[in-house]
Amino acid sequence: MIFARGLVKRFGDFTAVDGIDLEVAPGEAFGFLGPNGAGKSSTMRMIGCVSVPTAGELRILGMDPVRDGTRIRARLGVCPQLDNLDPDLTVRENLTTYARYFGLSRAESRRRADELLEFVQLSDRAGGKVEPLSGGMKRRLTIARAMVNEPDVVLLDEPTTGLDPQARHLLWERLFRLKQRGTTLVLTTHYMDEAEQLCDRLVVMDGGRIVAEGSPRALIETYSTPEVLELRFPDGLDANPQYAARLEGVGKRVDPLPDRVLVYVEDGDVALAEVHRRGLTPSSALVRRSTLEDVFLHLTGRTLVD
Amino acid sequence: MMTTLVVSRVSPNRVGAVVNRNVGALRSGPAYWIVLVSGFFEPLLYLLSIGVGVGALVGNLTVGGRTMEYASFVAPAMLAVSAMSGALSETTFNFFFKLKYMKTFEAVLATPVRPIEIAVGELIWAIVRGSVYTAIFLVVMVALGLTSPVGALAAFPATVLVGLGFGGVGMAISTLMRGWQDFDLLSTGQFALFLFSGTFSPVQNYPAGLEILIQVTPLYHAVELVRGLCIGVIEPSMLVHVAYLAAMAVGGLWFAARRLEKTLCE
Repeated sequence: MIFARGLVKRFGDFTAVDGIDLEVAPGEAFGFLGPNGAGKSSTMRMIGCVSVPTAGELRILGMDPVRDGTRIRARLGVCPQLDNLDPDLTVRENLTTYARYFGLSRAESRRRADELLEFVQLSDRAGGKVEPLSGGMKRRLTIARAMVNEPDVVLLDEPTTGLDPQARHLLWERLFRLKQRGTTLVLTTHYMDEAEQLCDRLVVMDGGRIVAEGSPRALIETYSTPEVLELRFPDGLDANPQYAARLEGVGKRVDPLPDRVLVYVEDGDVALAEVHRRGLTPSSALVRRSTLEDVFLHLTGRTLVD
Repeated sequence: MMTTLVVSRVSPNRVGAVVNRNVGALRSGPAYWIVLVSGFFEPLLYLLSIGVGVGALVGNLTVGGRTMEYASFVAPAMLAVSAMSGALSETTFNFFFKLKYMKTFEAVLATPVRPIEIAVGELIWAIVRGSVYTAIFLVVMVALGLTSPVGALAAFPATVLVGLGFGGVGMAISTLMRGWQDFDLLSTGQFALFLFSGTFSPVQNYPAGLEILIQVTPLYHAVELVRGLCIGVIEPSMLVHVAYLAAMAVGGLWFAARRLEKTLCE
């Protein structure tokens, strides 16, 4: 569906995307994971044929985005990071109007609008304006709008950023159904749970490059350990690096944070026993499974990116 | 060659969809109607206060060997102004708002619609809106005896051309606007054109240097064209006015589409 080799996007001196390779198969849910400024959105805009690559090769649905932009966009659904619904139109008109851009007839536009409003559970708001909708409702409407042309690929740029847990779960459930219907999903996110929930395969981007690639499980296996032991010590913040030194060898890797020490281990309980054997007495100890967040922070570092 | 290439790729269907969006927006709220109505009254009030009111003091006017009432001289100019401001308000304020704040065009460009199709659709919509103003204005003119029904019918297509010209340029300007402050400059420019484009007095009465300067500006051509048709004085020089306005329309459209592509598809 999507194929890229050495894809580059530069804005003046700034390189947003620095030579990435990727391939997305039909029916796959593919994710771009990365901190802000990693180049996710720039990549999405190139795939959405609204941004011309600076260099490299890009094929979407077997076509060239520069030459066949119109034909490709006809088969894509795009859900941008910031909702750009039309406040001058009603909820239903937002869909019917959009359908017309794809050349659908009036009758067909209305039929699909009603069907999609049902799908995203907004039928009862059909005649109302967009403004009073909650953030979750707006997002659902934007996703419905992205589906109005029955796209082969749906591009979702941070689909659940800023939503409350209920709204996120409802959205995930709808996206999962979409995936079950065979629609290819490409999404960006910086939520690890979202990536784990939705993506068959993902790439971790940092500084415009792909730093890791694989299924969520495979990434955890490669870049982390099965379990993580989280230890807190009573002596205050500065002591953690010293504790980390004394924990050396307990696990594969020790990561002292200001508030706790993370120990990456095969088996948390065995490791905890070893901690006690070394005469250390943490005020709290928590054994948990490794998550994508551990992979993510390991790969992209802990420095805050704005 | 370039133009034919671009034009051949414009899909009437997609242009229609862009117009359709504006029809929907018009239908769905009363706020829009208020804007529409206010745009019509301004030139009408000028016509009544200056054309008829001041006209009673001025008496008759002789232009190009023809003598007419002052109101008959001013009315076609107000008609041209009406066509101009109708097209401009749509292609400046509304267009800018959709471009910068509502992100309407960003959403549209994710579909098969191209920048040039947005520009053409928005311009067509501006003409539809402006033509509502001018059509009513022409009816008023005929009712007041300021032009003949034939003159009105002849002038109407000319007002459409005026709308196309100013709409095209207005849209081009909107793509360059940085914020609302810039609109103050635009209104000042618009008002200067309104006062000095042979609207209230024949340009032949101005000093030679100023006359030439005015003949370079766009509203002068609009006023001369519309006035000629309203009062029934047809001259070959009108083709210059037509060419000038057509060039504004094509140039403005082309520029606006280029800018849309540059700013939204970078």
